[in-house]
Amino acid sequence: MDNDSIDQIIDTHRAEPSALIQILLDIQAERRWLPREALERVSERLEVPMTRIMHIATFYKAFSLVPKGRHEIHICVGTACHVRGAERVLDSVEDLTGIQPGETDLDLKFSLETVNCLGCCALGPVMEIDGKPHGKMAPAKIADVLETYA
Amino acid sequence: MPKNSEDTSTSEYPSLGKIMSRIGSPAELEELRKGLQAERDPAKPRITLCGGSACLATGSKEVAAGMEAELEAQGLSAQVDLRKTGCRGFCERGPVVVTHPDESCYLQVEPGDAPEIVAQSVNGHTAIDRLLYTDPGTEERIQRESDIPFYKHQVRRVFGSNGSIDPKSIEDYLALGGYSALEKALFRMTSDEVVEEVKKSKLRGRGGGGFPTGRKWEESRNAPGEAKYVIVNADEGDPGAYMDRSLLEGNPHLILEGLAIGAYAVGAREGYIYVRQEYPLAVENVILAIKKAEEYGFLGTDILGSGFDFTVTVHQGAGAFVCGESSALMTALEGRVGEPRPKYIHTAVKGVWDQPSVLNNVETWANVPLIINEGAEWFGEFGTEGSKGTKIFSLVGKITNTGLVEVPMGMTLEDIIFKIGGGIPGGKKFKAVQTGGPSGGCIPEALLGLEVGFDELTEAGSMMGSGGMIVMDEDTCMVDVARYFLAFLADESCGKCAPCREGTGQMLKILTDITEGRGREGHLELLEELSEVAREASLCALGKSAPNPFLSTLRYFRDEYEVHILEKRCPARSCKELIAYHIDPALCRGCMQCMKQCPADAIDGGRNRIHVVDQEACTKCGTCFEVCPARYDAVRKTSGEPIPPPVSEEQRIIVRKSKET
Amino acid sequence: MSATLLQIDGKQVEAQEGMTLLEAAQGAGIRIPTLCHHEGLEPYGGCRICMVEIEKRGWSKLVAACVYPVEGDVVVRTRSEKIDLIRKTILELLLAHAPDSPGLLSLAREYGADKDRFEAQASFCVHCGLCVRYCSEIKKANAVGFLDRGKRREIAFIPEIAAAECWSCMECFALCPTSALQAAYVWVNALVPSLPHVEAGSER
Repeated sequence: MDNDSIDQIIDTHRAEPSALIQILLDIQAERRWLPREALERVSERLEVPMTRIMHIATFYKAFSLVPKGRHEIHICVGTACHVRGAERVLDSVEDLTGIQPGETDLDLKFSLETVNCLGCCALGPVMEIDGKPHGKMAPAKIADVLETYA
Repeated sequence: MPKNSEDTSTSEYPSLGKIMSRIGSPAELEELRKGLQAERDPAKPRITLCGGSACLATGSKEVAAGMEAELEAQGLSAQVDLRKTGCRGFCERGPVVVTHPDESCYLQVEPGDAPEIVAQSVNGHTAIDRLLYTDPGTEERIQRESDIPFYKHQVRRVFGSNGSIDPKSIEDYLALGGYSALEKALFRMTSDEVVEEVKKSKLRGRGGGGFPTGRKWEESRNAPGEAKYVIVNADEGDPGAYMDRSLLEGNPHLILEGLAIGAYAVGAREGYIYVRQEYPLAVENVILAIKKAEEYGFLGTDILGSGFDFTVTVHQGAGAFVCGESSALMTALEGRVGEPRPKYIHTAVKGVWDQPSVLNNVETWANVPLIINEGAEWFGEFGTEGSKGTKIFSLVGKITNTGLVEVPMGMTLEDIIFKIGGGIPGGKKFKAVQTGGPSGGCIPEALLGLEVGFDELTEAGSMMGSGGMIVMDEDTCMVDVARYFLAFLADESCGKCAPCREGTGQMLKILTDITEGRGREGHLELLEELSEVAREASLCALGKSAPNPFLSTLRYFRDEYEVHILEKRCPARSCKELIAYHIDPALCRGCMQCMKQCPADAIDGGRNRIHVVDQEACTKCGTCFEVCPARYDAVRKTSGEPIPPPVSEEQRIIVRKSKET
Repeated sequence: MSATLLQIDGKQVEAQEGMTLLEAAQGAGIRIPTLCHHEGLEPYGGCRICMVEIEKRGWSKLVAACVYPVEGDVVVRTRSEKIDLIRKTILELLLAHAPDSPGLLSLAREYGADKDRFEAQASFCVHCGLCVRYCSEIKKANAVGFLDRGKRREIAFIPEIAAAECWSCMECFALCPTSALQAAYVWVNALVPSLPHVEAGSER
């Protein structure tokens, strides 16, 4: 476990307890998950109890306590996409990938999440993969899109 | 925090590439502004290209690259300005390009259009017809942006400058008069006078609560405390609402200026901008804007030589809707879990670290520089008695012109949806418009004449909220809408208090039962009882307003609930468990389109055999319904009716006369 | 501290500034039911069973007595049709989790709550937070905390701290109104013997 990069992130935020969420966001961005050892290091240096860190790590959707897949699929289930049929898109993605929102497949290829509004309502229903939005999705189109991801 | 912030200003104005020394006085600011304005010839050809999130998703980055390449190839890079701006609002038709000075507005532009647009901007001013807006009724082509009906009926006081500003540039903002309101406040007004002006304007919070902004500032101003804070709530969580995103991405300096003015008025030295981490471009642009503002001296110590100090820090959210609630947001700023606090002591008096804190929404802050510059009376020129000014709405859902619109308070829902929004696509009938996000409600056709305003919407059983306006048509099931919002709130509930945590869970379960055909007598009464408990006893506004979507749909669409419960039927034919698809044997011509595209392989048939849907295997995805060619229109969607049994094998054989397909 | 005069259930009550409505009522011998409240801990305001009606200057609202500060010239009612409905429903919702809890059952009898009204829930915990708050505020050990949010919220022990601290303490057990604490502890206890003993600083 490399403590150096974790310490660097903590130092950027001057080890301030109020920056706890910002620190965890940086770790999540760098490692694609929050390893337990990293959290213990944060607890030690910020002098904040593990209970608070664990609550934050599980309360906020941005964090993951297990590694995420290579490709992150976000299905927008905001109201505008919902009335345009986002649920059917989600059902199809679940069928094709075999995972539910919040899960990662066993090959660590895809992670699936629902999100509440990507701000592209004109293109609804939207499926975003690795930050790239695919608009006007429909159950019949999903397989082709997913196949383009290795 | 994002490390790469693109700085494009130096490429456009190389003479400003050197870091300016901090502006130390109003005179210096005036000099700088005049210099910038002199450098910008209004007659010089300019191409503005929308870089808002929706346009980026439809390829505006590629269009930009195409434009740059073409300008380079033609040797025109110095003669023609290319400006990548923030969101212009017409999101349905992006990428949007507007050329100046002719104001020609081009829609759904592709990289391949670049040569023509570049040529047109330097040569004649004959507009490129095929890219112009076409009026759906008269087929007439409209050239100028401001003549397009979508824009014509709007009053874009706050949002309008998005189209002229490169958000990564502070010079654009300054050239348009930016930071003049801050200068006026610091040097020509006392902080009391600033509070008074905002009070006089009757500006009400644009985030949902609609609380009078001036009164909130006054309360903090008068509250005891060694350190005071001003906070921007950019945690825009209502699904379908993205106004704040576009404002923060497209014109970050406007919000910074408003925030600095508020800090001066209240006596704060530190400010926070709490942004959703789901908005990385907004985070990037506001961090860059802060850096530039500090360089020029609009933030930091001794601002413009006034003796006033003010610094701003950006704090990212981590994916929790409840953090948009002001006391939860402040708790999150302290590095804790976003659990709301009891509101008996106003956060304006005891907020972040128990210090007086003024929290306002992005759009509220954006209105402040305008009010200071133009005055409270100017602000009140538009609006109703109780709701002054303009409001930005995100008009989305079953609507022709999806996008962000800014209208005066008091405009009717009908005008917004039909005149600006272009009505319902596909010839469908309007059913309801949902406002106020998960805390709001649905407004039916009978109330389309409602004049938009805080109190008017609340009286109708909904609320203004942050400005989400989701249009629904005859295919939308209102019971499902209630279920959808309860699912959202149950997922986002912080879980601390029993009425919300348990109540939303139980309400969700009952509504799910109703949409899946397990509705029973007594369910509506139970839902009403749980609603009352949640409304009266919840700890925070999330729980208290959680029943609203259910209560408002019950009020206006009670019959739909009853049909679901008593007849196990969905009138809108939307609830999956209550609908079925089958193929009418009289109309099927065996084209095999549905067969090939069915994701569940649930259709049996052949080139000369009438297709039949296997009801056991069917997943109700609706693909067959959508792909059956219009000339056959053979797929039927039904609810609450028995499926006719399939015809016999002999009857399934299609006999074709020769040359007939 | 100055004295404040208010009316609770028709009785004139004198309270000190800074007191909560609950403290004022208790001082005057007026009983308000609570679940998540504890004398030695900061008021929590989570169970909402102590909701009372407060009327001032002509309008009334419901507030949580355990956190609401006393005010002068107000009329407080600790029982009403609405308050009773709220308490009854909350009890029914919580009893779906903990149908055997003696404290909840006795309140249920008083308010006519039906423990079987809602479908039985998988988790015992009623989120009173007493264990978490006690361990944090009094013992300062932070061995147990909350995880997640909404319906998925639950209590959990930090195994390393629990292994070191809880055997000799277990004071929170007496505070738990249901079997939840015992359930969580038993679970962690089952995990703890299987955790390898780790020297500080070594790689896992």
